[in-house]
Amino acid sequence: MDKRKYLIGDLMSYKKISKYFLDNSNVSVGDTITITKTDIEYKGILLDRNDNSEDGYIVLKLDSGYNIGINIENSEVNLVEKGNKPKIGYDNKQIAKSDKKENISIISTGGTVSSIIDYKTGAVHPAFTAEDLLKANPELLDLANYEVKALYNILSENMKPEYWVEASKSIADDISSGSDGVVVAHGTDTLHYTSAALSFMLETPVPIVITGAQRSSDRPSTDASLNLINSVKVAKSNIGEVVVCMHETLDDSSCLVHQGTKVRKMHTSRRDTFRSINTEPIATVKNDNIIINSDYSYFKRGKRDLRLNNDIEYKVGYIKSFPGITNELIDYHIDKGYKGILIEGTGLGHIPDYIVDSIKRAKEENIAIVMSSQCLYGRVNMNVYSTGRKLVDADIISGEDMTPETAYVKLCWVLGQSNQINEVKELMNKNIAGEISSKSSVKNFLN
Amino acid sequence: MDFDKLGLKMGLEIHQQLNTMHKLFCPCKTELIDKDYDNIIKRNLRPTQSELGEIDRAAYAESIQKLNFKYESYNSETCLVECDDEPPYSLNEEALEISIIIGELLNMHIVDEFHTMRKQVIDGSNTGGFQRTGLVATNGHLDTPYGKVIIESLGLEEDACRRIETTDDFTEFRLDRLGIPLAEITTDPSMHHPEQVREVAYMIGQILRSTNVKRGLGTIRQDVNISIEKGARVEIKGVQNLDLFNKIVENEIQRQLTLIEIKDELKSRNAKVIEEIYDLDEIFENTESKILSSAESIKGIVLKGFGGLIGKEVQKGRRFGTEIASYAKKRGVSGIFHTDELPAYGISSNEVEKLKKSLNLDENDAIIIVAHNEKIAISALEEVKKRANLAFKGVLEETRKALEDGNTEYMRPLPTANRMYLETDIPSFKIEKKLVKSIKDNLPELPDVKKERIINEYKLSEDLANQIVKKGICDDFECIIPSLKLDSITIASVLAYDIPEIKREGHNTYNLDNNKLISIFSLVENGKISKDAISNLMIKVCESPNSNIEKIAEDNNLTLLSEDKVIEIISEIVKNNAKMIEERKMSAMGPLMGMSMKKLKGKADGSLVNKVVKDEIQKQLNT
Ligand SMILES: [Zn+2]
Repeated sequence: MDKRKYLIGDLMSYKKISKYFLDNSNVSVGDTITITKTDIEYKGILLDRNDNSEDGYIVLKLDSGYNIGINIENSEVNLVEKGNKPKIGYDNKQIAKSDKKENISIISTGGTVSSIIDYKTGAVHPAFTAEDLLKANPELLDLANYEVKALYNILSENMKPEYWVEASKSIADDISSGSDGVVVAHGTDTLHYTSAALSFMLETPVPIVITGAQRSSDRPSTDASLNLINSVKVAKSNIGEVVVCMHETLDDSSCLVHQGTKVRKMHTSRRDTFRSINTEPIATVKNDNIIINSDYSYFKRGKRDLRLNNDIEYKVGYIKSFPGITNELIDYHIDKGYKGILIEGTGLGHIPDYIVDSIKRAKEENIAIVMSSQCLYGRVNMNVYSTGRKLVDADIISGEDMTPETAYVKLCWVLGQSNQINEVKELMNKNIAGEISSKSSVKNFLN
Repeated sequence: MDFDKLGLKMGLEIHQQLNTMHKLFCPCKTELIDKDYDNIIKRNLRPTQSELGEIDRAAYAESIQKLNFKYESYNSETCLVECDDEPPYSLNEEALEISIIIGELLNMHIVDEFHTMRKQVIDGSNTGGFQRTGLVATNGHLDTPYGKVIIESLGLEEDACRRIETTDDFTEFRLDRLGIPLAEITTDPSMHHPEQVREVAYMIGQILRSTNVKRGLGTIRQDVNISIEKGARVEIKGVQNLDLFNKIVENEIQRQLTLIEIKDELKSRNAKVIEEIYDLDEIFENTESKILSSAESIKGIVLKGFGGLIGKEVQKGRRFGTEIASYAKKRGVSGIFHTDELPAYGISSNEVEKLKKSLNLDENDAIIIVAHNEKIAISALEEVKKRANLAFKGVLEETRKALEDGNTEYMRPLPTANRMYLETDIPSFKIEKKLVKSIKDNLPELPDVKKERIINEYKLSEDLANQIVKKGICDDFECIIPSLKLDSITIASVLAYDIPEIKREGHNTYNLDNNKLISIFSLVENGKISKDAISNLMIKVCESPNSNIEKIAEDNNLTLLSEDKVIEIISEIVKNNAKMIEERKMSAMGPLMGMSMKKLKGKADGSLVNKVVKDEIQKQLNT
């Protein structure tokens, strides 16, 4: 939601007719103007206009605070007062650090951790400095010392595997320079891809916590604050793993801590969108308590040494099977030189039997093909039906009980480790970062 | 009161719920729900950054503390949009069109493009922490007998959640009302006489009622802002009863004048608010006051030079102390004690003396006492100090609540300028000139015009026409009437009086659609039933809406008797009263008519009964 906002400067500008009109009238955005038409006169501050909107209109913010769009046909503009494009931001005051508190790194990747609203123009500006962050969430000051950096500024849906590499490097740097825990603020759309990628790339002695917001931080009801505060608590905890920390329910009262490889965005808009799939959450954060799920085994803080292995293969395809799928889709990837393909099959891990020929062709071309299930819940088993057995014969690799997204990310990473198909197969079937569980519990469905 | 001399200025703000099929930004119905909720959602709101300015952690913590909310939601009657868990859907165009109609009726100028804004509201009444609102029209006017009044703006916005309960820890709201479209009409603050405000409110009400708006309690809310030259602007919320309006204005002026007097007196006395908060537990150790003895702690402050002024009446039955108390109450105490009203409430004169002595006070000083747990008592007294210090300013800019007795009560300080920013989840909406023109060409008839017209057109009495218009049934009336030859007065009276009456008796009159009414009236027209039987037949039709109406009439014995049968019955009555006829001759007509009508009510036409009774008496006399 509202992700467009921090790109507002890029997306906003006047088009041809309006621009000509404004330039001719010698006024620019931020000026107080009057616009006079035959039957009405408006006075207000000239604002920018969204690029997708119709040309021939200008936007004014009236004294009452309302914005309106005005058709410039037969109108005359007069400058009342020159205005400046307002500068937004606070002095970057140094915040005192305390020896008694843990040092937590906060890395932002583009989700707005906090925003400032300029009520004069109504514009929303992203805020990335530590000062801004702490101003929006003063409770954080009681919890830790902070090192905050904006790694990049992209929409979650525009995330690319290259960014995982960069993020893992940056996190590793922070940990080696003494960070006691890392919080990554991320847009929610592809958050679970990133959490899986970091899980494979980093063996970590400290918690790496990825969080986000379903409701943007410029609104008083944002879920960003609770998610961020609880993430910092988890970053201080004993859980030495890559995890995701997000709202447990629609209430602003608790968050769940999910394992980075076993979590998925399951709702387009709810705050409790992230759910553990085929497993239970590691812990619940409620008030000041982190209640660990006692059935869960995890690496404790300090148990592992920091190890970064961020070699990955970018040329990996992702194909979803559907009634009517044709060989072309597989063949295209083979022809284009893809090194691996993740298939999101139906049911236990199936594709139509007429696709098997293409799979065999891929095998001959030494392309790794991994099968996962679009059921999301449950485990791939290709022995039950004849088509499945044909796939096994074609050397297709089972994605076990991984989510398709995790299986895809893992395939990218595994192909970065080896190009020998037998090694690829072995690594894919081996549990690296909690992504594969050995058996399926009755409990883990739709919760 | 000489309003002109006082420099009285008033403006009106009217909020009216629109009667749309769906809410403003989601597909839920625009109806309140009275059944038990399905889910409770717990939320916090936090002030956004620019409202905070500098980091003041204490103030911040305090503001957060008060922002715990619970929301009652439903599985089917409300949706994720009200929960703030789904982005809003597109603007409800039906609501926008009704707003444009209202704007045109108020002679306003419609904007070219409607932009939805977010107006920050963090009292919990909106789950998002803001109200969605947009400007539809500006620059309107109304001509009143007191002169022209400018209608500054017409907004289209979301109604807020319904407040269900407030406790020390949280406020609970219901999501049903959130998102119902509201038209917000604001006049300029140029009205000088309460009668004029009343007139304008009445006129706007008439205009609103000619469009598709909700009716009934709570669907229209009127706020008035009032100022006098030496006073300050005060907004009075929720003026339900316009008849109280003059009183509210006079009481408010009185309050402002008294506060100015108090200010002058305080200054001349060199009055002062003492910072220290005193522990008074010891002094009231053995008190007989139940409130004091049961409290965890008793605390007080000294207001030097305030003596006698705390007890001063600012409005009838409300003292300056009441104003102070309403600030303290915001911190969770149920009230305050002040020395101007003591001894009382079980506090003895002895204790008061002891108190004054130990705090070293003279008779010009006052003490405010609060009894509660330590934390709340202190925070309440801080509010008291704040209010007492503000007394040196005279009248404060405040939002106040209208009370039923014509007084007002403090709610909160007047908000500063609206803090609005763009709602980025909703695209701007271009209002086509064509749409505005077609609306302008088809504006609804205003109630007064409509009334005059139907009086002339259908020969209705003023009262009957008034009822038809007021009850909003004119369209039904005018839809029924062309298919019938029956006289318009009968039809109008049934619609205006009989149907509401059987509805009051508990019958489901929603079953009486226009087609059914036409069938019923046709039976009268064709001589099948009498006018007197209409009510009874309607009741039966309400009970079995799917049955044939003529059959219902027959089955329930509501049809008219044949003339022969009528003659037979009346002739029987006449024979039985032969003696009376012999004695009273034709003047027996009255009593016999009564007896016949009683027996034949609803089963024979009155004029027929009249004729037959007359004939039968004649016959009897002739024998
Ligand atoms: Zn809804």
